[in-house]
Amino acid sequence: MTAVKIEKARTGQSGALPWLITLGAPLIGVAAGLFIGALLILLAGADPIKAYTAMMNGAFGGKRQIEETLLKTAPLLLMGLGLTAAFRARVWNIGGEGQYYIGALAGGAIALNFADQWPRFILIVAMLLAGALGGALWAALAAFLKIRRGINEIISTLMLNYIAILFIEYMARGPMQEPGGYLPESAQFAAAARMPALSGSRIHIGVLVALLMIPVVYALLWSTPLGFRLRAVGSRSSVARYAGIKVERLILFALMFSGGLAGLAGIIEVSSLHTRLKGGISGDYGFSGILVALLGRMHPVGVAVAALFFAALTIGAQSMHVLYQLPVTLAGVVQAVVVLCVLAADAIAHGKLHRGQ
Amino acid sequence: MDWSLVLNWAFVIALFTAAIRLAVPVLLATLGEIVTERSGVMNLGLDGVMVVGGVSGFLVAYFLQGGPLAGISQWLGLLAGAAAGMLMGLIVAVFAVTLRADQVITGVTLVVFGHGVGNYIYRQQFSSLTARTNGLPVFEVPLLSRIPVIGDILFKHDATVYITVLLVLLVWFFLSRTTWGLNIRSVGENPGAGETSGLRVAAVRYGATLIGTALAGFGGAVLTVVQLRMFREGIMGGRGWIAVALVIFARWKPELALVGALLFGLADAVQYRIQALSQVGRGAGTIPYEFLLMLPYVLTILALLARSNRRGQVQAPEVLGRPYVKGEL
Repeated sequence: MTAVKIEKARTGQSGALPWLITLGAPLIGVAAGLFIGALLILLAGADPIKAYTAMMNGAFGGKRQIEETLLKTAPLLLMGLGLTAAFRARVWNIGGEGQYYIGALAGGAIALNFADQWPRFILIVAMLLAGALGGALWAALAAFLKIRRGINEIISTLMLNYIAILFIEYMARGPMQEPGGYLPESAQFAAAARMPALSGSRIHIGVLVALLMIPVVYALLWSTPLGFRLRAVGSRSSVARYAGIKVERLILFALMFSGGLAGLAGIIEVSSLHTRLKGGISGDYGFSGILVALLGRMHPVGVAVAALFFAALTIGAQSMHVLYQLPVTLAGVVQAVVVLCVLAADAIAHGKLHRGQ
Repeated sequence: MDWSLVLNWAFVIALFTAAIRLAVPVLLATLGEIVTERSGVMNLGLDGVMVVGGVSGFLVAYFLQGGPLAGISQWLGLLAGAAAGMLMGLIVAVFAVTLRADQVITGVTLVVFGHGVGNYIYRQQFSSLTARTNGLPVFEVPLLSRIPVIGDILFKHDATVYITVLLVLLVWFFLSRTTWGLNIRSVGENPGAGETSGLRVAAVRYGATLIGTALAGFGGAVLTVVQLRMFREGIMGGRGWIAVALVIFARWKPELALVGALLFGLADAVQYRIQALSQVGRGAGTIPYEFLLMLPYVLTILALLARSNRRGQVQAPEVLGRPYVKGEL
């Protein structure tokens, strides 16, 4: 065994896998995930074929359903793309949930205060920028803790999730509560402060922003020196250090970039779907975003496909719930099983590659 | 804020009693993770393990408490929690040890998996959230519980509290004074040398992972079966992650885990007690309860800050999180 191979095995890093595995593993994973989902449906006393048919129809059965699925894809896509950049550098941001909330708060503050003062174009742009900035700064806290004090970002980003969510709940119940209102929520955003929809559909510009990020992240990772450094740090940080790369700055960038996209997802969702600041405005996107990035093989195009798949599962599970009373959380189980199968297939392929030759 | 409400014996006793109780689930998970990590396996899926343990324990305790096994139903629930934890542990070990997959990625995925499975199982069994387990009675230690103040705080708990204290001693003894403990530590420090001297690295790591997840699953079940006596989504409140942090805080030592968990318990207890005060409407409502709820999470970051240094975690097991390949030194 050569030194390089040992180093790869040592870090558990999956090196270059043949394309067959890169594409094959997710397909096997999806099949296995749906199979285990079918077992759970059987256990619940329903017919898997009928349930999955309901799921397909719920996600793609008509214009309204397809729109619903695409709307759900946007936040997952943004989360997954941001995490793709971070995970490539082996920076484990699992605080997407908190960054999403802070993004929603920052953008929401603009929406609530300036909707009647600013032209709509400026208002929407400012909301999006504030959302991204809020998420990025919240993630920067974790970067600071890691760079200055060596605190593992996995733990700090996770703790910051709880703190952020509780902070929004406080704001929605206290300082930002709707004047004269009784519920713990802010006033409703003015019509001007909601994401403009494309004519004749419910698809809004937030979806376009998310789609636009696909080439942006692709270009970032493969056409810029910064992207090269991110990937270099991720593959072997010791080598990266020798090559004169400032790892600390990259950690800061990786966290702020992924946090920024999470914050963007937050303000887009809250200004199109919820139209108020309150608790419970995320559908666990911070965590499903991680799975989306992994299933998409940390490649922007793969992430887009994975986000669409996850969105379809989530939307489809709602029809399954309505028709067959199956818990909607089934979607979450299937998603996690799919990714576990992909990870297993990768590990097996990787082991074979480095043992067999 | 009316300080006379806080600065009196009744409040102090209630506060510390609650702190000890609330420390238990997270302490069990921390102890478990210490055993696992000492063998070189990093199980970041701990929070998912606790949720699965919590839901399994709850269901067993709830469905048995009406039947012929009512007398021991709560205990069977706790055991079921530990067993379910070990099932999750088996998945962890297959990925980390046999497949040598990336332990960070699989750990995070297993958390999502555990939450999904836990919530699915619960929702599939119950349409409402009103189901309650009976829990365990308070056991007052004879004589000792009659010591003023101290007796109230330390010796009037349900049995899981005493069991947990024994487990701290047991894990400490196991890791530092037994051959099995030595084996676990040596595959976590230098698996190559361990293998040369005849240890089966994979077997030892499987064992350490299963012990760790049994304790975490048990901890999850203590929370749902004995303490809150219910299950709902998000009930674990990130306790598994806090346990992962406490392992670092405790520098992989069981005795320090006790200290860390008690700090967490105290933060949690302060939060509960002050909320209880403001609900009675006797002042003290000046602190928004959301900020009180943040306490354990803020404290976790502060605890790590207090124990951190620029060079990171020095006392971590040498090969933590790194898969072992035969022949590697």
